[in-house]
Amino acid sequence: MNVKAWFLVHKWTSLVCTLFLLLLCITGLPLIFHEEIDHFFEEETEAPPMPADTPQANLDRIVDAALSERPDAVIRFMFWDNEEHPNMSFVSMAKSMDAPPDEFISLVIDSRTAALLDAPEPDRGFMYIMFKLHVDLFAGLPGMLFLGFMGLLFVVAIISGLVLYAPFMRKLDFGTVRRQRSSRLKWLDLHNLLGAVTMVWALVVGLTGSINTLSPLVIGYWQQDQFATMAADYQDQPAPQKLGSLQASVNTADAAIQNMHMSFIAWPGSQFSTKHHYAIFYKGDTPLTARLLQPVLVDAQSSKLLPPEPTPWYVTTLLMSQPLHFGDYGAMPLKIIWALLDLATIVVLGSGLYLWLGRRSSTARRVAEVKSGGLAEEVNA
Amino acid sequence: MSSNRKTLWQIFRAPLLLGLLSLTGLIGALVGDGLFDLISWATLGSALAVIAWYWAKPTV
Repeated sequence: MNVKAWFLVHKWTSLVCTLFLLLLCITGLPLIFHEEIDHFFEEETEAPPMPADTPQANLDRIVDAALSERPDAVIRFMFWDNEEHPNMSFVSMAKSMDAPPDEFISLVIDSRTAALLDAPEPDRGFMYIMFKLHVDLFAGLPGMLFLGFMGLLFVVAIISGLVLYAPFMRKLDFGTVRRQRSSRLKWLDLHNLLGAVTMVWALVVGLTGSINTLSPLVIGYWQQDQFATMAADYQDQPAPQKLGSLQASVNTADAAIQNMHMSFIAWPGSQFSTKHHYAIFYKGDTPLTARLLQPVLVDAQSSKLLPPEPTPWYVTTLLMSQPLHFGDYGAMPLKIIWALLDLATIVVLGSGLYLWLGRRSSTARRVAEVKSGGLAEEVNA
Repeated sequence: MSSNRKTLWQIFRAPLLLGLLSLTGLIGALVGDGLFDLISWATLGSALAVIAWYWAKPTV
């Protein structure tokens, strides 16, 4: 392809995605720091101090405590975060198993005494609005997939921009910013400099963001693929009316797993399990394996184990795409770098928009501008 | 600005180096904590340093 064709690819992929990418970059900025912002603005629930060797309560007592607090609801998930919130069991309930994923009831229960600590209302404030605009534009799965497609256009725009960088820089030293001439030339130079320097980061964050938009589909496929195959013998059995002991099921699962710790449990009939099993998910203890999940399916009535199978590649890909998109895996300095690179991307997007809006011109003249390192428009100006 | 035409290698060596540094940083912090985090901050941070340097530098 010649310079003109690449120019047209760069122009049109950018034009379609730029406004959405600006929205994503701006809403993404506070989301990088969502943990810190939540800490700052919300009164954090904490488990009361007790001797360090106080034993954990039987999990069935936690279940009973949740169900007696909300007899009108069912439990879908239970999860733990022992580093940030020790001795706290988070219970996610809903009016019914098949209620929409974002219609949930949260309870926080003391893992040692099974006492109710908190029943937080779902957040509907500033961060919730940022999150929804960033993830699905308040439009559910179609909104997510739409933003995923914008992410792919962004990737094509970056690659075509890289191709155009070569003719543009033919006679220019790396890092040239000609600020004494026209404002257009200055921003053209900055667009090229910032785009070239942040390219790999922007490609990785764009691509992993697009992969993340597929998460509901990937999880749904996992359920129908691996979980359904593992639980094939249960296919014709009716869903259990009364569930057996959770503690007994967890004991069974624990015995089948080494060097990992329990992260969350999905109830039978929920999005992350079969109709007949508790799905108990384990995480590793190293920075890399802490991002991966190993599920163990245990019969929710008899506590009988289904032999665990390795997590499929498409789920691992999704799980590894999350930190690479969020930037939450290298402490506070990495978050700050993430935010600054996000700001640099906003400058690239904004300057690109400015260059397109700036002075209406023919494609031939724009291509001449690229080939001359920006000088053709200067002569005509 | 130099007047001679540059080769592709001359054009792309700096962005390529920064790209490889970024990639090292992106993967580094995933692999481990401590030293790995440090490497990740330094390599990804280098892209920001380059931007700051050339943006602030007075040129023609």
